[in-house]
Amino acid sequence: MKRIAMVGMPNTGKSTLFNRLTGAHANVGNWPGLTVDLLSAKLIIGDQMVQLVDLPGIYDLNGYSEDEKVVTTFLAQEQVDLLLVVLNASQIERQMVLLQQLMRRELPLILVLNMVDEAAALGITIDAEGLASKLGTPVCLLSAKYGQGVEQLHPAMRKALSELPSHDALKANAAKAGGRELEAAVKSAVFVPAQASHALTEKIDRVLLDPWLGLPIFFGVMFLLFELVFIVGKPIQDAMTWGFSELRSGALEPALAGLPYALRGFLLDGVYNGLSTVASFVPLIVLFFFCMGIVEDAGYLSRAAFLMDALMARFGLDGRSFVMVLMGFGCNVPALMGTRVIRSRGLRLLTMLVIPMSLCSARLQVFVFFIAALFSASVAPVVLFSLYVISILSVMLTSLLFKRRYVNNDPFVLEMPPYRFPTLRQMLMRGWHEVSHFIRRATRFIVLGVVLVWLLTNFPAGVAAGGPDTWAGWIGELLNPVLSPLGIDPKLTIALIFGFVAKEIVIGSLAVIYSQEGSALVSTIAHQINWIQAYSFMLFTLIYTPCLSTIATIRTESRSRAFTALAVAWPLGLAWVVSFLFYQVARQLAG
Amino acid sequence: MIPAANALTLNRLVPGQCGTILSLEAGAELHQRLIALGLGIGNSVRLLRRAQFGGPLHIRVGMTELMLRRREANRIHLAYESPAVA
Repeated sequence: MKRIAMVGMPNTGKSTLFNRLTGAHANVGNWPGLTVDLLSAKLIIGDQMVQLVDLPGIYDLNGYSEDEKVVTTFLAQEQVDLLLVVLNASQIERQMVLLQQLMRRELPLILVLNMVDEAAALGITIDAEGLASKLGTPVCLLSAKYGQGVEQLHPAMRKALSELPSHDALKANAAKAGGRELEAAVKSAVFVPAQASHALTEKIDRVLLDPWLGLPIFFGVMFLLFELVFIVGKPIQDAMTWGFSELRSGALEPALAGLPYALRGFLLDGVYNGLSTVASFVPLIVLFFFCMGIVEDAGYLSRAAFLMDALMARFGLDGRSFVMVLMGFGCNVPALMGTRVIRSRGLRLLTMLVIPMSLCSARLQVFVFFIAALFSASVAPVVLFSLYVISILSVMLTSLLFKRRYVNNDPFVLEMPPYRFPTLRQMLMRGWHEVSHFIRRATRFIVLGVVLVWLLTNFPAGVAAGGPDTWAGWIGELLNPVLSPLGIDPKLTIALIFGFVAKEIVIGSLAVIYSQEGSALVSTIAHQINWIQAYSFMLFTLIYTPCLSTIATIRTESRSRAFTALAVAWPLGLAWVVSFLFYQVARQLAG
Repeated sequence: MIPAANALTLNRLVPGQCGTILSLEAGAELHQRLIALGLGIGNSVRLLRRAQFGGPLHIRVGMTELMLRRREANRIHLAYESPAVA
């Protein structure tokens, strides 16, 4: 099968073009020797099947960044029959460098000048035919966003694949690229008005980046975004959870009633619960990337980086990290996936390390339950607020401690693209791609984890589920010397083991562990543990591993077991220290 | 040419001012990236604004707008192009 690779600079709409050409059929693939996943899809061009691969956006073939290494490695080790070189039509003079470098590699290519709609609005005119004949390569002017001109690409690719240029022609082109000829060709074919500028963008920036208004507007936008994703997403998530449990009690339980107890438990409490955990993230991920896509494609994310950089640079992070950590307060999973916009691996890993410290809505449920059970209504808000403060302090401490280990090695020079209106199509595609990526990559891990916890809390055979005689109970006893200095007794330890799957099920698990429900459970817990123990338990729950889905996401996004291990071990250690200090000091003070 | 210590750098421009790039005092990696983003020698660059609290600079070079931190901006040496805007 022939292979076409798409190469281009960042912010040239390369991915939009990829989506335009492939529809929703793209696959995220793992390539040997590459540190990132690549999107690829099969296309029918003429009468043959062709694989189209979207390479990461790069500035330079000779550059040092990770993405640049990915592209050079890919071009060196994979067979590539044709390159689509995607450049921004209105920045062609600057971006020509990349074309030049690619031509020197003597690969057959098609030059795609994208965003012609924007170029036209700026008064830039491009003589495609003149440029094509001077360069000796086909040139397509198009707008991937609105679809204008995209139809020429298929015939161009078919032609280029069927009559691949001779070696001599490629050599001649490479020689041309070396000299000044290319520059001259661009100069003669492209007309840029002297005063061309994005007037609207300038006007908007004057307000959005205003020294006094900029930050308040930014926080306002973030607030709206957060509300939109999580206030809209939560009921949908709850409805799905409800649907899954209805399906279970209405259809699956009766259908599987004849099966042996252990097999039924494995299928329902293990596999089915695991799958429904995965599914419960789907609405949040879609909404998150829908909204994030608007912010990013509209160009506001780089403005957020601009506004927040002064503060975040001290923590080794940047403004985009800030946005993702903030979103982590809703749910860690999409926030972790969202860090993909950060192209420097060091910066991205540091951001991924701190996101799980943000107090997500699932942990909030646990805290609300415990606070209601053990604290009076007058101090309850203060207690909850203190947990948010500790969450933020943990983020700050973690970034300060690890910023030298995960250094941002990419030069901090970011493009501020003009403001653009993203299209609905773009947003939906984005949400779809992210969800399918999450489902494909995280499902197995999450289901395995849920099954494991089910095994621990239900076996050996014949003991009461969640009770002290289960393996989880044994672990609770085993860990007692470690956790009792935190005020966490074996029963609460079993709850922590359950909480490893998802924080949403901690309260449900307490009901199983204490064999009580509702207000009876509340009063039992209030009798069995005091407020110091409860607060210590909440501190531990806040900081230790948020949930299995978060770990699964860290693992698939970082593609590093060592990093995933650190992302589990460090919060566990920190949780232990914080809870220990609190419990011991508070106990002394309380006498 | 090695610029004098008190020479004009991008970081010393006042918002609205333009300068022509004389030299880049940067390691290979930063150098490569600056060139790729259009900050080549001889190009004209305009400072649009500075972020609050010692934050980054917002600049424009050709048709591209960029942000960069002050430390990087100090490594870009310029010659004045337009008179200072008060």
